[in-house]
Amino acid sequence: MVAVASSRLGPKRKHQRLILVLLALAALIGGVLLAMSALRDQAAYFYTPVEAKAAEIEPGKAVRLGGMVEVGSLKRAADGVTIHFNLTDGEGTVPASFSGITPDLFKEGSGAIAEGSFDADGTFRATNILAKHDERYMPREMEGIQYDPQSHKVEAANP
Amino acid sequence: MIAEIGLAALWLAATLAGLQLLLAWTAVARGNADAQRLIRPVAVAQGVLTGLAMALLILLFLQSDMSVYLVAANSHSMKPFIYKFAGAWGNHEGSMLLWIAVMSMAGAAVALFERGLDRRTHIATLGAQAAISLGFYAFLLLASNPFKRLVPAAADGQGLNPLLQDPGLAFHPPTLYFGYVGLSVAFSFAVGALLTRQVNARFARAIRPWVLAAWIMLTIGITAGSYWAYYELGWGGWWFWDPVENASLMPWLAATALLHSATVLATRDALRAWTIMLSVVAFAMSMIGTFLVRSGILTSVHAFAVDPTRGSFILALLGIYIGGALALFALRVHTVNEGSRFEPVSREAMLVLNNLLLCVILGLVLIGTLYPLLTEMVGLRVSVGPPYFNAIIGPLALALMAALVVGPLLRWRRDDPRALLRRTAPALIAGALTLIAVLALAPHPIGWMTTTGFVVAAAVAVASVAPLWGRNLRRTPLFTYGMVIAHLGCAVCIAGIASESAFSQEKLAAARPGDTFEIAGNKVAFDGVMPIAGPNWTAMQANLTVSRNGRVIGVAKPQARFFSDPPTPTTESVQMTRWSGQLYLVLGDALEDGRWQLRIWWKPFVTFIWYGGGMIALGGLLALVGRVRRERKHGRAAEPEPVSAGAPPQGAVPA
Repeated sequence: MVAVASSRLGPKRKHQRLILVLLALAALIGGVLLAMSALRDQAAYFYTPVEAKAAEIEPGKAVRLGGMVEVGSLKRAADGVTIHFNLTDGEGTVPASFSGITPDLFKEGSGAIAEGSFDADGTFRATNILAKHDERYMPREMEGIQYDPQSHKVEAANP
Repeated sequence: MIAEIGLAALWLAATLAGLQLLLAWTAVARGNADAQRLIRPVAVAQGVLTGLAMALLILLFLQSDMSVYLVAANSHSMKPFIYKFAGAWGNHEGSMLLWIAVMSMAGAAVALFERGLDRRTHIATLGAQAAISLGFYAFLLLASNPFKRLVPAAADGQGLNPLLQDPGLAFHPPTLYFGYVGLSVAFSFAVGALLTRQVNARFARAIRPWVLAAWIMLTIGITAGSYWAYYELGWGGWWFWDPVENASLMPWLAATALLHSATVLATRDALRAWTIMLSVVAFAMSMIGTFLVRSGILTSVHAFAVDPTRGSFILALLGIYIGGALALFALRVHTVNEGSRFEPVSREAMLVLNNLLLCVILGLVLIGTLYPLLTEMVGLRVSVGPPYFNAIIGPLALALMAALVVGPLLRWRRDDPRALLRRTAPALIAGALTLIAVLALAPHPIGWMTTTGFVVAAAVAVASVAPLWGRNLRRTPLFTYGMVIAHLGCAVCIAGIASESAFSQEKLAAARPGDTFEIAGNKVAFDGVMPIAGPNWTAMQANLTVSRNGRVIGVAKPQARFFSDPPTPTTESVQMTRWSGQLYLVLGDALEDGRWQLRIWWKPFVTFIWYGGGMIALGGLLALVGRVRRERKHGRAAEPEPVSAGAPPQGAVPA
């Protein structure tokens, strides 16, 4: 390496500092490139149901789906731990399922964000559900969304 | 009356901070002798006053004084004692008061105990500390007064978020804050040394104990916070790559890098400018972390006491201090002479690799955490979670651990690669044996990352104790033991992570009383559910009898709780710890037909994650005690002769 060569040639002190700076820069650039490529593949995009339908997300890709749990859609399977429900934003509705213990404030007519992926027949398989944590907590993506349980009309938040 | 005294103490302390800055300036720039004498008592008095203010706020919470706005908004007279006490910092204003109290008490500690720095740099450091404190005093007194009165007084308080009503609240935020704010001392040291142009090995030896102390606190705070989230949230996870978690991880990564680069500077007088830069970055990360947590700008499962309007104040402080420090750095970096050169095969070269890897990891965590904010500006809503972080931080952390196999076995200055190979051979063999064992014994195929985790953990475990081989154990300095234990802690932690992610088992079912489940050799019998009441909550409590080989080993009682003030349901999971892992039991919802949801995990060796964290902190503590004792001894011996800026480091050759 250059560092060895220059140190053996004599006290070219500036060289070592330069090499360290270059190393740090290379690490920095490499890190940013790595982050960018990983973000392209791994960042989960947030969709509302109507956006998800339009985007034709490929099955298996990790996304977040946010909407209101449609009133009257929440059904529990016979095993007692799997639920089926519809997430709606008023314009589009996506059937979803989840196995596990739902958050304490997950219920019909309230907002929820489901993390997971679509399967081949278009059902969203949620691996995790984020719902309101306490009365004051709202997932950031859901702020401002209003839902009318009678008409299922939803006023979306400002983008 | 108490609230007014507290507020007065804060104003007085803020005035003293201003005075301290002024004194530092006259002492350093003009060489004023009176200012030199006066500055230390002023710094100490400031620390005492803010400590008093914090104590008074705690007293107000203990008395449930509902005429104080903060108490009324966040406490309740029915709350148990410990949560009244800890509730003092479970909110925005109280936590900012804790911040400033820790910051000025740290300044007082620097004034009282720091002996290693030359006088001018010491005073400049105190001035820098006062300058940062002033910004936070302004924030506290002008924008978030914790002692504000409520007229008329409330009949009773609104209560504390039930998720915070946990013993974890008593020590997790304070330790984390000691760590965050402790890094302000490193920042002030760097600014002080730049101002007086004294960036050298002596500076590194002086800064090291302070960085160590902050780093120990951060380590404890992160470890405790991880365990708290693990049992409180009831999801079975111990790290979610949540923005608030990342906010505490980033200063820790920077401080870890700083510790190692300060060692290079202290021992070999190299990496001068780099160490200064890291000191600034470490505190910048603390402030970014505080900004992210306090502003609530990013969605977090741990977000409490959030106030978006105040976030901008912290952002402004961040800009002023970090921008100022970087400008000073740019102006003065040419006066920082380059330190000694070093060879590519040497301890210091490996520590450079350690620093590069830590900084890349830090950068990637930072990018991942802030990315949603960036995309939001162009109207895209994105969440960056475990898929991103696990995919890129995992391999880099493993690479860092691989460097840790070699690093401590390298000699300073120059080493022979073949001799190095001989020294690392046992560790490499341990890694290879582990690889074979994992491939042969794993009940199901596990991913390459967890496999590598086991291999690296074994190699690091062997390599980290290797520096003790062939040494006289009684004459080995304490800080060497510290290094060994901290590195061993990394191995233990990695082993726990790999084991938990590879071999966890889960049972999810709807159960009737009388049902039993088998999980990892444990038999869990569901006996039924009964109602139960606590001081400020009611709950449904399940009775689960756990037996192994026909012998009952314990009864777990997970609850679905309902708090009254404020009305909130929470899930209280139960962990049964055995030497080989933990059984994690959660009670879910009741079904219409009388069944109850139960979720049970077996997590083998999951406890190693936090044991490892504890060992890392303990190692830091031993290193701190060892270093301070060594410096005291040397300091006294070297006192008569003034040490010049370019003096060779003493730490390199133990006397």
